[in-house]
Amino acid sequence: MSSETGSSKDVSEEHLPHKQDPGAVTVADDPFADPGLPAHEPRKQDIDERAAKRSERVVTLLFALSSVATVGFIVSYLLIPIDKIVYIWPFGHVSGLNFALGWTLGLALFCIGAGAVHWARTLMSDEEVPDERHPIAASPEVKAAVLEDWRAGTQESGIGFGRRKMMRNSLLGAMALVPLSGVVLLRDLGPAPGDKLFHTKWEAGKRIVNENTGLPLRPEDITVGSLTQAMPEGMDLHDHDFHSEIAKAAVMLVRLEPADIKDEQSADWGHEGILCFSKICTHIGCPATLYERQTHHALCPCHQSTFDLSDGARVLFGPAGHPLPQLRITTNEDGELVAMGDFAEPPGPSFWERG
Amino acid sequence: MSTATDAPKSAPRRGGKAPAGERVADWADGRVGVYSLAKANMRKIFPDHWSFLLGEICLYAFVIIILTGVYLTLFFVPSMAEVEYEGSYIPMQGVLMSEAYASTLDISFDVRGGLLMREIHHWAALIFVVAIFFHMMRVFFTGAFRKPREINWLFGFLLLLLAMGTGLTGYSLPDDLLSGTGVRFMEGAILAVPVVGTWLQMFLFGGEFPGYDIIPRFFVVHVLLLPGLMVGLIVAHLILIVFHKHTHFAGPGRTNSNVVGMPLFPVYAAKAGGFFFLVFGLIAMIAATTSINPVWVLGPYRPDQVSTNAQPDWYMGFSEGLVRLMPAWEIVLFDSYTLNLGLLTPLVVLPLMLGALALYPFFENWVTKDQREHHIAERPRNAPTRTAFGVAWLSWYFIALVAGGNDLWAINFGLSINSITYFGRVAFFVVPVVVFIIVRRICLGLQRRDRDKVLHGRETGIIKRLPHGEFVEVHEPLSQEKLYALTAHDQHKPAELPAATDANGVTRKVGVVEKVRVRISRSYFGDSGQVAKPTAEEYREITSGEGHHH
Repeated sequence: MSSETGSSKDVSEEHLPHKQDPGAVTVADDPFADPGLPAHEPRKQDIDERAAKRSERVVTLLFALSSVATVGFIVSYLLIPIDKIVYIWPFGHVSGLNFALGWTLGLALFCIGAGAVHWARTLMSDEEVPDERHPIAASPEVKAAVLEDWRAGTQESGIGFGRRKMMRNSLLGAMALVPLSGVVLLRDLGPAPGDKLFHTKWEAGKRIVNENTGLPLRPEDITVGSLTQAMPEGMDLHDHDFHSEIAKAAVMLVRLEPADIKDEQSADWGHEGILCFSKICTHIGCPATLYERQTHHALCPCHQSTFDLSDGARVLFGPAGHPLPQLRITTNEDGELVAMGDFAEPPGPSFWERG
Repeated sequence: MSTATDAPKSAPRRGGKAPAGERVADWADGRVGVYSLAKANMRKIFPDHWSFLLGEICLYAFVIIILTGVYLTLFFVPSMAEVEYEGSYIPMQGVLMSEAYASTLDISFDVRGGLLMREIHHWAALIFVVAIFFHMMRVFFTGAFRKPREINWLFGFLLLLLAMGTGLTGYSLPDDLLSGTGVRFMEGAILAVPVVGTWLQMFLFGGEFPGYDIIPRFFVVHVLLLPGLMVGLIVAHLILIVFHKHTHFAGPGRTNSNVVGMPLFPVYAAKAGGFFFLVFGLIAMIAATTSINPVWVLGPYRPDQVSTNAQPDWYMGFSEGLVRLMPAWEIVLFDSYTLNLGLLTPLVVLPLMLGALALYPFFENWVTKDQREHHIAERPRNAPTRTAFGVAWLSWYFIALVAGGNDLWAINFGLSINSITYFGRVAFFVVPVVVFIIVRRICLGLQRRDRDKVLHGRETGIIKRLPHGEFVEVHEPLSQEKLYALTAHDQHKPAELPAATDANGVTRKVGVVEKVRVRISRSYFGDSGQVAKPTAEEYREITSGEGHHH
């Protein structure tokens, strides 16, 4: 790289400006000529030993402060209980240990940095030195020699200049195929999609239970203007597949005045104005449960897709591509709300095979 | 090591033995050749400019992230197995949660200093990407990506992508309600890929969302795969910096064929090394005082729950914005296949946006056909079209970033979320164009001002009254140093189409591509694209008439 230029021992200070300085003649010739590196101006510390001493003391003080901070870190670690909450203005109630450890560590590090930089700026030489650059590209001679070597190498390998093409090509073929094994090995990363995304836990007669209490819901539990979060009965948080299933099966129930329901099929699929929609947004799958009782709009907090629950969960605004699927519901002989089957279409974000 | 250079070789030594440092260096030299290495690099010159520190911040943030990250892996359990929380954070006691979330709570509440390490890790990650952005801006706006540094620009760009990927997989690990929502978003985006999306989703998650595989898999990507790639790229990036030698700004004695600055040992080493500690110390103080990602207030992830203000970390905000800006476009093909353009469009626009940035150096080189090496950092005003493109890109990015937080803007400024979104849809196309035009004009104006300063000198603010009553402002001629610095940049000439017929009168065929190139070159370097810098003749003409006023 720059082995012959790196050492500044040979670049002594007196020969710098002269070499760069094109001299007065050239300046007159070209008013914009490079005047060369300006002469070095000494700092206070370079000429005043007392100023230099002062800098030295500041640097030493900073390094000493860092040591004190490190001791403070260790002491804080040992003495401050981890659950101690302290009030510190203006931060409020904070963890005493975190605060102490952070500040002592921060100070210990910062003071080392400040000391080193102050040392470099005030006490180390601040004389700027030029270093010549060399073209990155090789000289034509080097290039010719390399090409010659390459030719010799291919010649010696026995496949140079179009010879033994079959051997070369079979190697290329084998090399191209080898990574396939790695690709094949990835197959078991996951199962085939099959119809997994099309089905949920809902089926005919399955009771709708309150998500929080786990109790079956009755029509009288759902008042006009309210939104109730629910799920199919028989799901337990401890189940291995709970999260995967709730990610598809979670629903919300709203009750509208039957006259307010604009979509006939939607009214049909409900029960006495109680409508049961998938609460999984059809955009990317956040629960779209910010409900506005006056307008019957359900808003997804993630990307603001807005669904009109009085009109078959039609998309009013935002990036969701289709309405929230509605679950057909009725009541069983005990007067509890039940599903009449699974969703007619897959809930959640759309996918290629969804159709 | 220092003793090795301090001790003159011929100086007599006590006991005839070299100092310990020199003996260690001798030992190493016999095995790895440290003296040759040191000769080439120990006094290597690094130029000084505040903007050159931005890249250093990136490097130091990366080191800090690795240090704190290794510590966190000692306690973090990358598992989605459900456990009942029994740690000391009372509000969560008895709650069923994944081991990932439980161990994150343990790091925060039961490991002394664990919370601090988590916060330093997260803050350093945010600062890392900020610093990469500013570092890239410095390189872009000074044209430091030009030959021979195009490859290093690409390395840096890849590091940006990897940093974003590592951040994304990292903040998904705690499995809290917010990060789980982010993972759900990823699932939705993958499902939107035509034909293979469902398969990809099944493969990534090991089954249906969320399953039990995604966090262990993200963990290994986050702590091994991506950081490993980044270490390799960073080393390559640094080797190329040393090999090319740093760019510097034009100034007296600073030319395209030299580099002026301070030697690596001791000045640059002390400054750069000290700067590492400054950065680390500041981040530690930020972490001590400013809480970041307090996952304990959110609770564990459940697919049927969500919190408002669901925002990704800032560097993914623009992708979030692209998604939020999209209208609800969904097409069903042949009655059986769904094309989710609402997600697919951002998935395509995002790489195009980033790609435009990555490939700009090659575009500019295609326009200029410049084969020379460039080691002088240009002033942004001297490349108006490039600067305008860069700022327009930033405004584009910024619009997407704002749109990514449209709910926050709506709440904090009492605005309608719908209006913000509609505004963003228009602004995404309009603002970059307007910004481009304005910035280009500002650059040209600044070029004109430089020209005036060179030709007429600096305005002193001193008003002189002439004997006949006229008031004039006294202009002070610039110093030789200033004159040189303001005129050192070279200006490209606009490309010309070759003559319609060649020497023998035969019509020449000029390809469409070449015609386009000539047009672009004209807009870059023609009269409307740059202000000609003053020539020596112009200068002489004006200065010879000194004393006359115009």
